[in-house]
Formats: sequence, C-alpha cells, structure tokens
Amino acid sequence: MERIEYSAIETLLQVLKRRDYVTLAPILREGAIIYDEVENASQLPRAFVDVQAAGSYRVERREDNAYFGHHVGPTTWKKFLFPPLFELFRVIRTASGFRIEGDANSENHDTVPQHKYAFIGVRPCDVQALALNDKVFQNGPYVDRAYKVRRESMFVVAVNCTEAGGTCFCDSMGTGPKANGGYDLCLTELTGDDEGFFLLEVGSERGADVAKELPSRPADPSERERAVEAIQRARTSMGRTLQTDRLREMLADNLDHPEWDNVARRCLTCANCTMVCPTCFCSTVEDVTDLTGATARRVRTWDSCFTLEFSYIHGGSIRSTPKSRYRQWMTHKLSRWVDQFGEYGCVGCGRCITWCPVGIDLTEVARAIRERQHSSITLQEEV
Amino acid sequence: MKQQRKPKLAVWKFASCDGCQLSLLDCEDELLAVAGEVEIANFPEASRAVARGPYDISLVEGSITTPHDAERIHQVRRASKVLITIGACATAGGIQALRNFKDVREFASIVYANPATIEALAKSTPIADHVFVDFQLRGCPINKYQLLEVLSAYLHGRKPNIPNMSVCVECKQRGIVCGLVTHGPPCLGPVTHAGCGALCPSYHRGCFGCYGPKEAANTGSLSAWWAGKGMTERELLWNYRNFNAYAEAFRKESEAHEE
Ligand code: SF4
Ligand code: SF4
Repeated sequence: MERIEYSAIETLLQVLKRRDYVTLAPILREGAIIYDEVENASQLPRAFVDVQAAGSYRVERREDNAYFGHHVGPTTWKKFLFPPLFELFRVIRTASGFRIEGDANSENHDTVPQHKYAFIGVRPCDVQALALNDKVFQNGPYVDRAYKVRRESMFVVAVNCTEAGGTCFCDSMGTGPKANGGYDLCLTELTGDDEGFFLLEVGSERGADVAKELPSRPADPSERERAVEAIQRARTSMGRTLQTDRLREMLADNLDHPEWDNVARRCLTCANCTMVCPTCFCSTVEDVTDLTGATARRVRTWDSCFTLEFSYIHGGSIRSTPKSRYRQWMTHKLSRWVDQFGEYGCVGCGRCITWCPVGIDLTEVARAIRERQHSSITLQEEV
Repeated sequence: MKQQRKPKLAVWKFASCDGCQLSLLDCEDELLAVAGEVEIANFPEASRAVARGPYDISLVEGSITTPHDAERIHQVRRASKVLITIGACATAGGIQALRNFKDVREFASIVYANPATIEALAKSTPIADHVFVDFQLRGCPINKYQLLEVLSAYLHGRKPNIPNMSVCVECKQRGIVCGLVTHGPPCLGPVTHAGCGALCPSYHRGCFGCYGPKEAANTGSLSAWWAGKGMTERELLWNYRNFNAYAEAFRKESEAHEE
C-alpha cells in the first residue's frame, strides 16, 4: 500500500488521458453528484457531501476538503456500458429485398463507439454491481458484444467509503464499505487535521502500470491503521440494515404477505427505483420505421418491470396489479436472483430508497415481512 | 409494398386551440415526407382544398362542447377508417373541461351580454365519450415526433411505439436529475404519461402533467406524501386541475381535495 498526496489526483487523470481513456468521474450538476466526463481534478465535487434519506437528496458543503466525501448519486456506471438508448441495427430497403447495417452484435459492427472508459471514484457497492452486470451481459451464453467491448478496455479506480450515506446498507449485503477486488486501482481517502491524502492499492497489472507514474511513498503503519479505522467508521454508520439470514427463502415463502398490499398502496409504479438501480438490466426493443418505409431501426431502451407493457403477452399483462409488480421487483433482487445467478441482485447502494418519490424502502418492506411471516403459498403458485 | 393510391389523411378540429394541428405543420422537413406518403385531403390549417371522404386516417383535435359538435363527430367517424385523437382536449376534454367542475350557465350569464344565444353543453368531453377511437395520442400539445411515429405505424400496419410509462422513465433515460427528490414538490412526473421527453424537468421545472395520467396512476399516494411535506389541500387540488383535469385519475384526485 502506497501513500499518494492530493495533488496526485490530477496526475492520475492526466496519466489516464494520455493512455486514451475517457475519464468519467463524479461531478456536481443540477444539485446532485452525477458521473460524467471530466478534464481535470478541479471539476471533482471537492468539499461536498450528499445528505440522503428516503425520497430526499441534498448536496451540502463539507467541513473538510475531501475529494470523495460523498456517496452514490442518481447515476449508475452501467449507463456507460448499457446505454439507456442504443441502436442495435438498421434495415435498409433495397430493390431486391433489404440489407442490414451497423449490427452492434456483429464482429464488423460500426455502431459501437470504441471508447476506452476510465471510471474514477467507483464505490465498493458499485464495483460489485459491475461484477453482477458482467454475469448478465457477458459471462452467460448470450453475450452483449457492445457491453463486452467497452468492459474489456475499461479502467476502474475504486474509492473505499469512510462514511456511510443515509440510505446505504452495503455492510448488510457484504459489498462494502471496502472494495474486495474488481478494480485496477483503489483509493482510501484520509482527511483530518492535516491536508488529507490517499492510500493506494493496486488490483491489476494495468493498475500497476498507471500507479508507476504517480508520485508516492510506502504508507507507514499508522497511516494504514487510520485507513482501517476510517472504513470501520463507515461500517458502523450505515443508514440502513437488511437482515440477509434466510432472506431468499423468507421472501419466496411469503408471497401472500399483507405487507405487499401495504407497499402497493404507496407504490406509484413510476419505475424510478429500477432506473437508478445499478444492477437492473431489463430492456426492450422497438422497431422504428420512417414514413416512407425505406429504413427501419431496431432500438434497445431501458425497460422496467413496473410497467404493464413489461409483462404483456397475448391477451393482457401477467402482472396487472401494482402489488404483483413491486413484489416481482423485490423478490427478484433478493430471492430469485440467487437462484438465477448464485448471489443477491442488490448491492446495498440505497439508490432505490433515496430516489423513490414517495420514499419506499425495501429494507423496511423486508423487515415488515420478517416480523410477521406467513408461508402459505410458494413461488411456483405465483400469479 | 407501396399502395397504388396514397392514403387520404384528414385533420378535424373541435373545441381546441389549434396547437396540436400546428404540431403537424411544425414537422417542417418531415412534412414533405408526410405529403409524399399521404394525400392531405382535409387540413384547413394548411390548405383550403378539401377532398371528399372517406378518409383512411382522421386526426381529431379538440373536445366536444356543443350540440352541433356532438353530431359532427359522428359524421367524421363514419367517414374515417382510422380515427386518431390528438392532444389533451380530444383525449381528456382539455383545459376547457375545468368548467365541468362548475355550472357553465352561470359563466355564460356573467360573460355574455345575451347568454341565451350560447349553445354550450354542460360538460367538455373527450372524443372517446362519443365515438370509437382507434388510438389516442396524448399531450398539450402533442409531440411532433410521436405524431410522426403514429402516422408511420398506421401507414405501415404496425403498432405505434408510444409507451404508457411515467415521465420519470424519460427523465432517467436522459440523465436528468430528479427535482422532486432534490428540491421537493410539485412535479407530476411519477403519475404522468410519458411522451414529451421530460421537457419541463430538463428546464428545472416540475412536470405539469400535460400528457395526462399514466397507466395505473397512483395519485393518492403521491398526494399523501406531499401533504406530509406540507402541501395544502388547495395546492393539491390545483396540481391536478389543468389541461387534463377531467382525465379520470386526475379528476378523482382533485375532487378528493375539494373542501
Ligand atoms: S418503489 Fe418507489 S420508485 Fe419504485 S416504482 Fe414504486 S414509487 Fe416508483
Ligand atoms: S435494489 Fe436498491 S439498494 Fe439494491 S442495488 Fe438496486 S438500487 Fe441499490
């Protein structure tokens, strides 16, 4: 573990830029800390903190000068790998039939931009979310080529958390507040009486190659100790907790629990929770023709299990009630995802709690179910 | 394959401001493409030339507010293969449906010197209350890209890509930061039908609900949350009473806050 000074952040950005990375990092815009392209370190939201609660988010000034003294905001990193709107291919009418152009999934594609992304400031929960995205988009039998191309060339600078946000529960999900692999470089920021500095860990060869160019010295034992303590502080200040003991079975066994009716009365089925979730991966495809019928485009857009259209098959929607839609979402994240992918689909980032317009909190729903359990119908009987 | 005869398109106006029809003229570059694909058989806003029916596609703007219009809409329906309503007036009664909550004769007696000559129905009602409607395109006014999408879809015999989801989805897809969560109410986005591309939120304004209620709009929950944040009954009522005041979900919600 090395110590690097605050000034090394600018060096890090420039080193990555020289290696042709598009440098994406937190930036303060429209009253929130979002992720977008930055040119230099002065654009980082230094000395700002986001105060989060169910259905509420405010950015405030910090006492110290921390670069990463904030948590996760409304953007997810997935949007750079799995864009909200993405043209899959175009079909052009020809004299004898039709021709397909720009197939994003073909080897000779011309629509996948060859961006090399560097994600700077990825929180441990989001590092784990990227690992879950990988399972969905590239590790299974159906590979999303556009995702894979970007993912392979990408660079991850993780940042461990030393303070937890108001809706965070990564500790419950075992995804944070310290990143456990999945990065090229990892920073732990330490602020205090002094100016503040980072401890740097290297997670890959690519990371080591970049780290070489940063002025550093080995961290001394007291600095390492401070980092351990700071991360422990985050662990003990989680805004939320979710008891995961038998969680998968408990939800699967309680599909008729009255709590689903309670939450359905409040849920707007607006889909915000799914749009901000770093692991939600559903999409739909639309075929769009022009007026003349000479070209058609197949466009993929983010979709959500909260819409009626999502479960529409011949004759109607399978999940016609808000109750069935909320339950589908939550039981997928916390129960059936385990059957499907071998682990929970929730990383405990708390975004769905903060960005729900009426403050619905899945940890509270899970708690209410746990406190008064039923087990009369099983998953197979679900309608 | 291309039809021999170009389909005939007609545009009809009932009680409305003409804004939705203007969206068709506003298509500018695409308007030539429209004119290339259809015979514009009746469109007074653009041309005085009127071709006789029947019409393949009729776009109907406006609500029904007079006994005469209540008759005329049946003639339009009889002359049209496909009837598509455009805009909040035609699909929900429009801003003029605010009178549905009051006594229109009382208004007439205050406004007009000779109210006996005014032939107004007691309510401003959507087209679908009178005749069968094939497709309803929402908005106040409608979005020209959605209009082109609906026309393309009908010309090519496919389903229009017009999602019924919330405006929130459009905000999130565009990367607009949620004003409701960062600043507070009001914003009707979570209960409003998508289609505008999150126009107001992109200018840091809450959604006014121009596209009317989304599918399964849970206005009661949103109001309860806002009441908890200090919004008064009067404010809640007026949030839902604008261009789509008479759309069922908004009407019921505003009525729930009447004193
Ligand atoms: S849980 Fe909240 S964010 Fe999700 S659909 Fe329901 S109201 Fe919208
Ligand atoms: S379900 Fe909620 S807390 Fe879990 S990963 Fe998704 S947004 Fe974060």
